[in-house]
Parts: sequence; structure tokens; C-alpha cells
Amino acid sequence: MRGLIGKKIGMTHLFDKDGTQIPVSVIQVGPCPVVQVKSPKKDGYAAIQLGFGVVRPTKVKLARAGHCKKAGLPAYRDLQEFRVENADEFEAGQIIDVTIFKDTAEVDVTGKSKGRGFTGLHKRHNFHGGPASHGSKSHDVAGSIGSSAYPSRVMKGKKMAGRTGYTRFTVKNLKVVEIDLENNLMMVRGAVPGAANTILRITASS
Amino acid sequence: MDILNQIAAKRMKESVPQFSVGDTVRVDVRVVEGGRERVQAFQGTIIQRRGSGLGETFTVRKVTQGVGVERIFPLHSPNVSAIRVLRRGKVRRAKLFYLRQLMGKAARIEEKTEKAEE
Repeated sequence: MRGLIGKKIGMTHLFDKDGTQIPVSVIQVGPCPVVQVKSPKKDGYAAIQLGFGVVRPTKVKLARAGHCKKAGLPAYRDLQEFRVENADEFEAGQIIDVTIFKDTAEVDVTGKSKGRGFTGLHKRHNFHGGPASHGSKSHDVAGSIGSSAYPSRVMKGKKMAGRTGYTRFTVKNLKVVEIDLENNLMMVRGAVPGAANTILRITASS
Repeated sequence: MDILNQIAAKRMKESVPQFSVGDTVRVDVRVVEGGRERVQAFQGTIIQRRGSGLGETFTVRKVTQGVGVERIFPLHSPNVSAIRVLRRGKVRRAKLFYLRQLMGKAARIEEKTEKAEE
């Protein structure tokens, strides 16, 4: 089992032994109980479903509340599945915490990035814009968006202004700087998606 | 936010000498050269203190052979091994960037006396 659900706390920095500042993201990782075990026999694949963030049963859909209750657990706001090699090692109700990452050097962190709303080309696709001076008036225009008679249309996927962010993405190979087993905290070097309190999926890098 | 402050508090220096903008200080900086470690001193006037907590920094300015030299030190860096206050300065602003335009006698700072503190 090489993954857990977590929550972004924020960023800070630490000093290295030689005084170098290391930017770190602080993530609260777990502890996550196993809500359901999926076996190849019954479900066609081996996985465990983990829960994170206890809420009142009335705060989730009735189906979710019942699902959690079946495992003898309180209701969880977030459920995520993690593939395992052998599902028999796990049972519902078992709690998995940050200890599993104790000997892990690097992790991948998945989450939803901050939503930026409708943004222009510079921010969304890193276009560099037109010349600022020398009589130029095209400071912030997209330029040509394609050829003329052929294809007589704009190609699909053309980079244009639009809604930016709030997409799921993964930051790979983040170095684990420190793990606080007592408080279920993990510090990784660099940034992770989203603002504080964003729900994250943390897996050991392969 | 609270967790972040706790993490930072654990890594902050237990005691930092009291000094403020305008003071003349001597900062002992740890330098590692080819595996050898030694302490280098940097003496000058504090012209800025900014930030809070673990991220607090201060800027020291000195003039060497007519050339102004400024260094920014993270207050809680392990490389800043000691800060000694040599002289308290009497200043009327938080940032002394105006010193950059001044040379020699004009760049002096009046010393803070006990009486002035009252």
C-alpha cells in the first residue's frame, strides 16, 4: 500500500544543515481508515478504499453514510481508492497512517489547482505578448489563429483565453523532507496543487 | 496557519539579541570553504528589518573603500551564528534606504543615549 489521502496545510521554509533555505509544503496525511476492500474475486481488481475527513452523517449523501456505517465507521467526506497487490492483507476499519511513507524518499501529490477564472493568453498559455514599443500596437493580442481557405476553421485545441486552473494534476517526485508521525504531518520540498485545505492524494513515487 | 506557526516556532532561534534599525552590529557568519568551517564577521548599520517568524531578515549596510555593500541575513539562519550590537542608533524611520544616497559624514547616525530613550 503506497498511498494516502491528505490535506494541504500550507507552505513554509526550513533551514538546511548548511543554512540553505528549503521551501516546503506541509501536508496533513491521514490517518485514513479502510472503508472498503475490493477483491479480484468480487470486484475484478484488488484495491482498498480509504476515507478522510470525518463529518456528521447528515452532511453526506445517505448512500455514502450507509456505506461508511457498513464498515462500522463514521461518515467520511472524501473517499478514494488505492490499488494494492494483495487485498487480503487489509480489512475494513483498519487504520492506515503516515507511517507507510517512513522510508519513502519521493512522493507524487495529486490535487486540484487553484481556479484562476477567465484569464488571458499570457497567464493561461505563457504567450509572451507583442512588442511594447517601436510603434507596435499589438501588445496583448493573440495573433493569427490559423490558415485561411484551408482549413477554413480554427483547429481544435487552439490555445486561447479562457477558464484557467481548478484542474486535477499531479506533481511528481517531490522529496520528502520530514515526517511527523505524532501529528500525521509530512513536509515535501516544493509546491503542491491548490490552496490550503485542498484534498490531496499522496502516493509513493515509482 | 496554526500548524505552520508551530513548525516555524520549533526551528526558530531561542534567543535573538534585541537590535533595531539604525544600530551598528557585527554579524558572525559561518562560512564553509572546501570542507573547512570558519566564522566571518560583517560589520555595518542595520538599514532594514522585515518579515516575521522564521522568515524574518535584516539588512546590514557598510561602506568599504567607497563602495556600499549590503547583505541580507535571515535572522534564524544557522549560518548567522552571532549578532553583536556595537552601537545603538537614533533614527526616525523604519527603513534607512536614504543612506544609499549619502556618503561620508552625511551618512552618520546619531547615537541613542539613555536620555533619548526616556
